[in-house]
Amino acid sequence: MSASKSLLHDTAPAEVLALGQTGILVRFGRHASDAATAACLAFNDDVRAAAFSGVTDVVPSLTSVLVQFDPTVTTRATLGAALQPLIDARPTNAQLPAAKRRWHIPVAFGGEHGPQLQDFAEHSGLTQAQIIADAQATDLRVLAIGFAPGQPYLGYLPDTWQVPRQRELTPQVPAGAIVTAVRQMVLFCNASTTGWRQIAQTGFRPFLRERSEAFVLQQGDALRLHQVSDSEYRALIAQNNDGLGGARLEVLT
Amino acid sequence: MNATLHIHRAGPAMSVQDLGRPGYMAQGIATGGAADRLALLEGAALLQSRSVLPAIEMAGMGGSFSVTAPCRFALTGAPMRATLDGEPLGWNESHLITPGQRLDIGRANAGVYGYLIFAAMLDVPAWLGSVATQAALGIGALLQAGDSLMMHADPDPMAATRRLKVEDRLSGGTLRMLPGPQTSLFAPETLSRALATEFQRDAAANRQGVRLHHDGAPFPADDAAALASDFICAGDVQMTGDGVPYVLMADCQTMGGYPRLGTVLPQDLPKLAQSSLGAKLQLSLITLDEADRLYMSEASQLNTLMAKADVKIRDPHQIRDLLSYQLISGVTNGDDLDRGGEA
Repeated sequence: MSASKSLLHDTAPAEVLALGQTGILVRFGRHASDAATAACLAFNDDVRAAAFSGVTDVVPSLTSVLVQFDPTVTTRATLGAALQPLIDARPTNAQLPAAKRRWHIPVAFGGEHGPQLQDFAEHSGLTQAQIIADAQATDLRVLAIGFAPGQPYLGYLPDTWQVPRQRELTPQVPAGAIVTAVRQMVLFCNASTTGWRQIAQTGFRPFLRERSEAFVLQQGDALRLHQVSDSEYRALIAQNNDGLGGARLEVLT
Repeated sequence: MNATLHIHRAGPAMSVQDLGRPGYMAQGIATGGAADRLALLEGAALLQSRSVLPAIEMAGMGGSFSVTAPCRFALTGAPMRATLDGEPLGWNESHLITPGQRLDIGRANAGVYGYLIFAAMLDVPAWLGSVATQAALGIGALLQAGDSLMMHADPDPMAATRRLKVEDRLSGGTLRMLPGPQTSLFAPETLSRALATEFQRDAAANRQGVRLHHDGAPFPADDAAALASDFICAGDVQMTGDGVPYVLMADCQTMGGYPRLGTVLPQDLPKLAQSSLGAKLQLSLITLDEADRLYMSEASQLNTLMAKADVKIRDPHQIRDLLSYQLISGVTNGDDLDRGGEA
């Protein structure tokens, strides 16, 4: 686990990179960490507030902020120069702001709901029971929303969860699959291909196009998983028109 | 006046597409839209529309259609066998369809994605400013036989029909790529080997990505397995954990953890989308400065195409069209034949 230690102390300076002809990517670390994610959220707010000419979108991820621009209005060089003072002003030891609300999500672990629980146990060196206990004991945060509509990257789990992605993609995990890699979890709204290992499943759908509130999670939300039995899971799924799968929202003050 | 488009037969992967919904990446929504965006610009040019019109994208196989009001339509992208009441129709052209006629579109002769674009704008529900379908995500659904779509009226059904000469983009070729945030994670030897490799379009290909096949060693990146998930855009050449490249397409995910070799220029993506199974594809790396210099807005591309879409010269057998014009309006423009001259 010596590798994971160094990942937690990723203090390289921010990098300014290109993502396509219309994107500047400011990267605060190559490896996910609380400090990098906190820097992203703060920088994202700064860039939005600055409202530079030609900027078409500003989006934070776990370790970077993507600033998209219209090359017919501004240039990469002009915008890059405008961003630099904001990058330089970022503290390197930022903390994630306190959560304003916490989701409680019923989850079925293992078996057909988590066909790779044992595989993950072998890769992490944890027992299945330890994995299920850690998953419920961790006060997860929505670190970023991405991959698919409304889909959360949740973290960070203990160092022992620092397991790489699979070498080959799993052709399809079902809707509601909870998968893990690199001290994080992703909760899939729809059936999907993934390189992460599926350990659990939930009826909670953070994105449901037809629901009056199509997207329910916000970046920064806290989230706790609560184990339910196979039969409890089936009962939740049987009456799941709201796509919330029995989730409860706690407002924090 | 409104009209209806009836779909009597539908290929297995027919969907409504436009240029997608940019600006919602924070919610995890990729821009999406047509797999071959150029085909939508060509359609707008053929119909002389200043804005891109919603299209029916047909992967591999078309369908059978009729309308309840006369309107022009354009056929672009992968050429397919198309007939109007049995008469063969030219591809990369606009045509007129009137009530009672049957438009039949069969298999693609070459390429992958054919487009049927009506001057009578499809009136389907938009979400976040776009009618683009991403069926796998529950955003819209594939079109099926028996579906009827509402349409607005064609603003000018009498307008001259047009044709466009298009450069071949159906047989593979070189995809220009600019460096991306993970390019430096690949060893120089790995990168140069990838650039020297002749790939083939693999059977594993859809609106999310196209797998590039080759027989040699894979292309691994350093440090790839523990990399933080980061933003992805269409055109990214993603290496999965086993070092096999996929070029990501319109409906790709917005974030991912596998490293990307670089990003294929948007203007080269239609060539990838339309390359037939087994077509040879090569990657070439250009500098960021060069890539920025090559930027072309879709608005400027549309302007160029508008000027290139020539009015069709009328053949004597198209006289039947003139008769149908008269049935619609009771009068022709009178200069239909004259307008056929070279502009």
